[in-house]
Amino acid sequence: MTTIATDTPRTHGMDINSLQRDFGATRLEQEKIALQVENLNLFYAKTQALYNVNMVIPRHRVTAFIGPSGCGKSTLLRCFNRMNDLVDGCRIDGMIKLGGEDIYHKRVNVAALRSRVGMVFQKPNPFPKSIYENVAYGLRTQGVNDRRRLDEAVEKALRSAALWDEAKDRLHENALGLSGGQQQRLVIARAVAIEPEVLLLDEPASALDPISTLKIEELIYELKENYTLIIVTHNMQQAARVSDYTAFMYLGKLIEFADTNTLFTNPAMKQTEDYITGRYG
Amino acid sequence: MKNWFKSGAPWIWINASAVSINLLAVFGLLALIAVRGLGYFWPGDVAVLEYKTKQGQVQKLIGEFWETEQVKAEVLRSNGFDIPNDMLQVTRHVLKVGNRDAYGADFQVILQANILKQEYPKDVLVVVRREWGNLYGYLQTISQAGQTVTTRPQQAWQEFAPRMRRAIDLYDAIKQIEKKQLGTINAKLEKIRLQSRRDELEQRMTADKQHAYDEQRGRLEQERAGFESRLSELHEQINRDSFSVTIQDGRSLTIPFSKVVKAYRPNELGVLDKLGMYLANVWEFISDDPREANTEGGVFPAIFGTVMMVLIMAILVTPLGVIAAVYLREYAKQGALTRTIRIAVNNLAGVPSIVYGVFGLGFFVYIVGGNIDRWLFPEAAPAPVFGTPGILWSSLTLAILTLPVVIVATEEGLSRIPRSIREGSLALGATKFETLWRTVIPMASPAIMTGLILAVARAAGEVAPLMLVGVVKLAPSLPLDTTAPFLHLDRKFMHLGFHIYDVGFQSPNVEAARPLVYATSLLLVVVILFLNLAAIRIRNHLREKYRALEG
Repeated sequence: MTTIATDTPRTHGMDINSLQRDFGATRLEQEKIALQVENLNLFYAKTQALYNVNMVIPRHRVTAFIGPSGCGKSTLLRCFNRMNDLVDGCRIDGMIKLGGEDIYHKRVNVAALRSRVGMVFQKPNPFPKSIYENVAYGLRTQGVNDRRRLDEAVEKALRSAALWDEAKDRLHENALGLSGGQQQRLVIARAVAIEPEVLLLDEPASALDPISTLKIEELIYELKENYTLIIVTHNMQQAARVSDYTAFMYLGKLIEFADTNTLFTNPAMKQTEDYITGRYG
Repeated sequence: MKNWFKSGAPWIWINASAVSINLLAVFGLLALIAVRGLGYFWPGDVAVLEYKTKQGQVQKLIGEFWETEQVKAEVLRSNGFDIPNDMLQVTRHVLKVGNRDAYGADFQVILQANILKQEYPKDVLVVVRREWGNLYGYLQTISQAGQTVTTRPQQAWQEFAPRMRRAIDLYDAIKQIEKKQLGTINAKLEKIRLQSRRDELEQRMTADKQHAYDEQRGRLEQERAGFESRLSELHEQINRDSFSVTIQDGRSLTIPFSKVVKAYRPNELGVLDKLGMYLANVWEFISDDPREANTEGGVFPAIFGTVMMVLIMAILVTPLGVIAAVYLREYAKQGALTRTIRIAVNNLAGVPSIVYGVFGLGFFVYIVGGNIDRWLFPEAAPAPVFGTPGILWSSLTLAILTLPVVIVATEEGLSRIPRSIREGSLALGATKFETLWRTVIPMASPAIMTGLILAVARAAGEVAPLMLVGVVKLAPSLPLDTTAPFLHLDRKFMHLGFHIYDVGFQSPNVEAARPLVYATSLLLVVVILFLNLAAIRIRNHLREKYRALEG
């Protein structure tokens, strides 16, 4: 089996083998559960985009969604913070439980939910405001206006997004002056500033150059200590490098979900194997 | 040739010519009104002519050359002029001879060929009067309280300046008392009258109150009597001096200093003096009140009224337009109904403005204003307060008129905010309202400003609807002054656009006022330009601040 292990670039200082050493012992059944997906079906107008998805997202781990374009991995990700609500004609069946509560219950406050489940998008999308105001945006939304608390939170968030050293002297400059990679880390800092429980990353490095990608990946590695991360990626090497668990999706169905090591080295399903060995996708 | 067409060069030529024609049209228009309008303020030399009339008599004429044109000799011959047979074209002048009170007309048409002698004597005097227009002649005597002070012209001219200054100072003092002090007292008296009337209407009038009102009224009346006696004193003083002038037909006219704005001898002035006088004239035009049925003096109230009406319009139309656009673009379901509303809004922009005027008069003035009067100002009846055309209704009418522009521009701006920005904000736990308020609308603000710029340009140039809802030929007071409540939204106002119409077509002396029409037009263009520049500056600042994401 010529798996990723051999052709994983070693730039990250970590490969599948190291993953195996660190997390080989982890088993899904032993993890604490952050999110639980039960019989999830999603329709855009008349077309069905997700078919009966069932899975659990382990707490304080990195879970990657892989699969060919259009397989529904981003759609599934956007279910976790109800971003799909913005799409006209989108309808959802089934349940997603965050901390045991259904997030699609009609009494759920969507804004409050989104402050518990943060999201980082494919393209960096900082607001045309200062770096400081970008990071403080979520807190200000929650009504925090105390200067000292904001200062502290901004510094903490920028530090945890590994942007503090680069940004500390230009906090009040427009965030659009940052480079693409810096902007993406700023967006992560912005999401982290409100201390969500779960952080959704929708192909966070696909628009970035290799060095910025490396930084983002290192950041993901560090963030999982405090956050549950779900990452959608096209890049299997990236999934292998950063994630603890990987879900393979195909045509709106969850084909296989296992710890990354198993999924990449010993996939149970034929479709998964075809995909990761590059026979399609 | 075919290759030349294929190369695209002809296309570039067509583009360039279209741009050139546009530029020519704009600058040609500006140049025309600038030349015609700005020349008016130059103190021209005054010619003294010996002129042979149609009947063959020799006449003396004093005046400024106003216009010169070439006329076919035939036309004049058939009118009985004696023109030599070898001439085909004759030069004809219009001479401004002024002295409307003496001759009945300001202008005389003369033929170049019949001018026997033309000179520019240094001692010709131009007197700009408060009534009857300019006077041209020679200063003869100066009298004080009926007694002749001097009869020698040279000495009289030396005596002239200090007496003139004294008269101007007194005139200003009179105006000050009439406008400020008496105005304030009258406003207070009116307020007391309305208060007591209100008490009567609501049956709350008691003997005590009546007494208090009477006392206040008495005090104010007393105060007013004081000012009035001071006024008649000043009037007596200002009427002390007068001077006499010999005009072209040898008659002598006596003019009191109180009726004079200024007097000068143009032929003895150097270029620098004239330049100084020119600038003073321009300043007077911008900063003074109009005189003589608007054909003389300044246009300050019209400038003020125009700018203020436009500003109030902007304050009214911006929130209305932005809120409507936000609803249409962000909240409304994008179905057939929304599309219909959008088409209707766009079509509103094409409705003739006079229709808005009629609507404003019928709805705002009579219905809204009438009801406001009935509920809030019953004591003023039968005199209307808001139930009559005024600046508020004008601004509101124009706000409705320009609403489509603002809505369309704002919608355009909102639709250009990238989806990723909205999602970014929503993903941070902001509600839709917070996202709109804190991110989307600020980012759309340059587009909103663009809409406002277009709205201001349109509103400032609009005249027809205003004639129905608040503009007047002459407003006694500005809509903003020092008497409480300072901003008088119920007042009628003057407007540069209407001023142009009024001076150009409704004035008793159209010929004399024509340069004023051009000058006022130029001023209107300049005012609109300044309003636009201000708005553009704000927009550019906002653009820089909310520079949208690239790509």
